[in-house]
Amino acid sequence: MNNSMRSFALHLFVLAILVVLFFTVSEYHSGNLARILVLSVYAMGYNLLFGYTGLLSLGHALFFASGMYGLGLAMQHLGTPAAPAMLVGLISAFVVSAVIGFLALRTSGVAFMIVTLMFAQAGYLTILLAGKYTRGDEGFVIPQADRAIGSIDLSQSDTRYFAALILFAVCFLFIGWLVQTRFGKTLVAIRENPERARMLGYDIQRHKLLAVIISGTLSGAAGAAYALLFGYAGATFSTVQYSIYPLLWVLLGGAGTTIGPLIGAIFMTYLIDISSEYTNAYMLIAGLALIFLTLFAPHGLAGVLRKKWLPWLP
Amino acid sequence: MVAVVAMSLLSTQLLSKNYAGLQAVSNVSFELPEGQVRALIGPNGAGKTTFVGMLSGRIASTSGTVIFDGKDVTTLPAHKRMSMGMAYTFQITSVFAKLSVHENVALAARRVVQGGNAAVNQRVLEVLNKVNLADRYEQIAGDLSYGHQRLLEIGMGLAQKPRLFILDEPTQGLAESEIDDFVELIAELSEDTTILLIEHNMDVVMRTADYITVLNFGSVLAEGTPDEIRANESVQAAYLGNG
Repeated sequence: MNNSMRSFALHLFVLAILVVLFFTVSEYHSGNLARILVLSVYAMGYNLLFGYTGLLSLGHALFFASGMYGLGLAMQHLGTPAAPAMLVGLISAFVVSAVIGFLALRTSGVAFMIVTLMFAQAGYLTILLAGKYTRGDEGFVIPQADRAIGSIDLSQSDTRYFAALILFAVCFLFIGWLVQTRFGKTLVAIRENPERARMLGYDIQRHKLLAVIISGTLSGAAGAAYALLFGYAGATFSTVQYSIYPLLWVLLGGAGTTIGPLIGAIFMTYLIDISSEYTNAYMLIAGLALIFLTLFAPHGLAGVLRKKWLPWLP
Repeated sequence: MVAVVAMSLLSTQLLSKNYAGLQAVSNVSFELPEGQVRALIGPNGAGKTTFVGMLSGRIASTSGTVIFDGKDVTTLPAHKRMSMGMAYTFQITSVFAKLSVHENVALAARRVVQGGNAAVNQRVLEVLNKVNLADRYEQIAGDLSYGHQRLLEIGMGLAQKPRLFILDEPTQGLAESEIDDFVELIAELSEDTTILLIEHNMDVVMRTADYITVLNFGSVLAEGTPDEIRANESVQAAYLGNG
């Protein structure tokens, strides 16, 4: 079995486990998992840029919110049905990431972090300013009756889980395929040594811009799906906190691995979930876990797997 | 003059680089005929790396033109010049240290090789055989010895099947035996590639070069065959003058 077959088999195996989990765990946990799957799509989008291309953005909440509000506002104010509204969400994330990518990629390193952070803050303030339509911090609820594609009611726990799983599966397999292509390997080359990649004849700027656009559009897909499946859009999702989350999930799970984002999102969600049963200071426990992981497993959980047992891990 | 009958693959006219008042390269007009092995020599600070930087596009020129393969490439970005058939190896070894030897060469090959993974792999193996690294293809590039990293970098250049191969001090830091292998490799390459070599090791220059250009203080001091350069008094003075 060669590495790309192994990798494909691993991806199918992970998806199979996620199907089995729905039928074996309680409704509380499957509800949690549905949320985690959508947020993992966000983390996978983030990981393409951070883990594979080596660009650290602090403004991905803007892309998540672009998808969320693209879908939410279309449904709320134009009465667009769910499926075309999803498309509106994707298109708005695509356009926003193309524009932000074009502008922010004039910088690099720390300046890129600051510029993306600033753009995201500007996006957050725009959402507040347009409170007449967005209802600002308070946000708005998408009526249950509208949250359906055809006759499938996405507000039910089983359809919601499988809708989240289908979105996750499409993005997961897409990323798994993408990182094996010439394009994906060139992104890694840019991460490792941009000057050398340039002098091998690769157009670095074009590759980076494409990476921002794909990353931003995936993040937007997660934002749109989140609003659709959980019925709410609010300005909180465009705050800096939501830009930091995917970074943490990816760092914990393993940057530059295809399964890292999922692992990180599961780990962090349950760490907070379980520790909050025992103490109010659950963020302290999350913080300690982060410190220990960065000390002892700087490449994240999937990074440990890759190093110790599975060197072919994509 | 030797081999000027052939058409120039690369030429420059009055090429200059000014770093905030410091004239690193001034008005260099240079012709490199197709198929030649050209050595570029000169004392430290003579402007050699700046000059080839302007040829490859890493450094923007202040004035003058660069013509490659009949086209004015003066304002083209580096990656476009590479895709026209140049390859460049760095003075300070620059490989993808965390990637495997195989992937390093594959990254170089993928841009030029038509066809799928099989075609790329075949090119990678050919190249690794040529630079004697075939048995190390799975190793992480950063774990290789310095000499092997230099060879890997040359391999990355070869994988692109360049028409013009620019090597910036390729033998720097190599052991004697490795230098012999390198000279052999250049002889083999010169059969189908034009080579421009910045080199300090005069023994290597005399053994490999068809023709030599000497830079001093950013200008061409002399040009000629190895024998002519060896006999040239101003060249001797420039080198002796710098200790």
